[in-house]
Amino acid sequence: MSSGTLYDKVWDLHTVATLPGGSTQLFIGLHLIHEVTSPQAFSALKDKNLSVRCPNQTIATVDHIVPTISQKRPFADPLAEEMLSTLEQNCSEHGITLFGLNSGKQGIVHVIAPELGLSQPGMTVACGDSHTSTHGAFGAIAFGIGTSQVRDVLASQSLAMNKLKVRRIQIDGQLNKGVYAKDLILHVIRSLGVKAGVGYAYEFAGTAIEALSMEERMTICNMAIEGGARCGYINPDQITYEYLKGRLYSPQGKSWGKAVKWWNNLASDANATFDDEVNFDASNIAPTVTWGITPGQGIGIDENLPIPKSLDPNERIIAEEAYEYMNLEPGKAIEGLNIDVCFIGSCTNGRLSDLKAAAKIANGRHVAKGIKAFVVPGSEQVAKEAEKEGLDKVFQKAGFEWREPGCSMCLAMNPDKLVGNQISASSSNRNFKGRQGSASGRTLLMSPAMVAAAAINGKVTDVRKFLNEKSSNQLS
Amino acid sequence: MDLKTNFPQGPIKIINGRCITLVGNDIDTDRIIPARFLKCVSFESLGENVFADDRIQLKGKHPFDKKENKGASILVVNDNFGCGSSREHAPQALMRWGIKAIIGQSFAEIFYGNCLALGIPCATVANKELIQMQKVIKNYPELHWDLNLQQQSLSSSNYEWHLDFESGGLEMLLTGKWDATSQLISQGEKIDKRIKLIPYLNNFT
Repeated sequence: MSSGTLYDKVWDLHTVATLPGGSTQLFIGLHLIHEVTSPQAFSALKDKNLSVRCPNQTIATVDHIVPTISQKRPFADPLAEEMLSTLEQNCSEHGITLFGLNSGKQGIVHVIAPELGLSQPGMTVACGDSHTSTHGAFGAIAFGIGTSQVRDVLASQSLAMNKLKVRRIQIDGQLNKGVYAKDLILHVIRSLGVKAGVGYAYEFAGTAIEALSMEERMTICNMAIEGGARCGYINPDQITYEYLKGRLYSPQGKSWGKAVKWWNNLASDANATFDDEVNFDASNIAPTVTWGITPGQGIGIDENLPIPKSLDPNERIIAEEAYEYMNLEPGKAIEGLNIDVCFIGSCTNGRLSDLKAAAKIANGRHVAKGIKAFVVPGSEQVAKEAEKEGLDKVFQKAGFEWREPGCSMCLAMNPDKLVGNQISASSSNRNFKGRQGSASGRTLLMSPAMVAAAAINGKVTDVRKFLNEKSSNQLS
Repeated sequence: MDLKTNFPQGPIKIINGRCITLVGNDIDTDRIIPARFLKCVSFESLGENVFADDRIQLKGKHPFDKKENKGASILVVNDNFGCGSSREHAPQALMRWGIKAIIGQSFAEIFYGNCLALGIPCATVANKELIQMQKVIKNYPELHWDLNLQQQSLSSSNYEWHLDFESGGLEMLLTGKWDATSQLISQGEKIDKRIKLIPYLNNFT
């Protein structure tokens, strides 16, 4: 069992009681809710005649179902409209703050909570969404829950949980030019597999992690769940504090100094024990692209598609299933594969730095003929900042559509969907069968810069080739 | 008929019925219930849409469409079942189709927790036994089975396999305390006490 880790400290601090079955009752410091996984939880509260215990620790926004072309109410889709109006009603009835459309603060739940300063070191964060692991980037214990558990948190501000083991993923060395946080996490998942994290929290550590910005750290922790780890985290440091300082919900005045003092003691101790440790060298990682139907089926851009026989026997069946679904041939190169759609956005890669990295590639170039390419900022704030820097114009001039904030084509619960067996280059997090809204649609996951490069060439492209050209240096 | 009466209630000690096998690793919750069916404010109509896209593709040959599997209540899967999205809509859809228990090599964390919150036991067995089990069920789909939580076994007239359960979850199912809400609420005083000890809820003093 781990001891002296950030996970242990936060867990102990939030332990309310041991329940009869042996589970821990864990207090939840921040509960984020949205329109998809909360309506049935509120109905259940009503059925049981219960109220929301800590409405001030509960924050709502709308993201999954919002259209990204016109957000005019009522939405064209009556089911989407019903979900949002149900959320509005539930929030108003229970005194919960809702950052709705045009509030200036709406956006993907995992984008807005950090940018508002809600996600902080040492917290427990829960949300009815598996990518809640994102908030672990701040040194919080953050995890996704189902709707029955949303009900439990609403009613008691706590959850029945079993303590996880902790695996430290130590990544040292420097990322090469053209290799981003997305490549790093795709590489980790590819190496460890999609179920290695079951039963574990992932602590990401090492010099490569310490060198990342907060937005990059969020990309890493966001995809911990794709490696099977319900929660992933990074020890807080100066970069964390600098990001948080001055944000709307960050500690202010005298509290700030006291907060930093407390946060400084949260990191895993030097002599902490971990249940497992693995090491990576960041300098060995190439831009990484998924070719299959799980986020673990990824390869470096300069590699060829794997031959099933060369894979671990446990991976062969799903590899064969992936080849059939993706209509790809083992042994062929991934670079040069034609694509149809390019999507830049999502809770993984819809933040300002992601859009900047993609804009740097798009600037002065144009989307290839016949390619549909669009950019969806992660939040209203991201959109505003990007527009202030003129990124919208850069994208539009290059032939990308500039959309309104939302989850968009990451999961296609809104009008943004693949059609037929279209193949997308996507900065999102899941390449599951049918994930992007068409039962035969195909998804290649990659970094936002790689998506932009794919859009320009109309095919999977090594972004490093663009970065080495002179014209890419016009945008900082 | 009020379907709700068929849903799990109270202590869960034994589940009997026919088994249905679904072969494949890493079957994610997007496949169990595609996102378009999440556009709802109640779970009621999810059962008919379980595995919707896989079933369309297989044109009646999907295990959930096969005549011999109609009315089955114990689902036997493979490794890392229920990975991906946290949507409780996935176990809700399985439950509303008629699934009352699941056996597999392993389950994704959030999916497992969602099943437990609904009173759906998830038992694990090693890959070797699982393959034998799936073979027997495929050859004899008409067999009736007892999934016994107390004895931790799946048995029929000529067959018996030992099943593994996570101990906390098993205890909750056997005692009927798998619906956590009332237990959590009953600790009101301890919750208040805890709130006073958490720095970020007290201006970091």
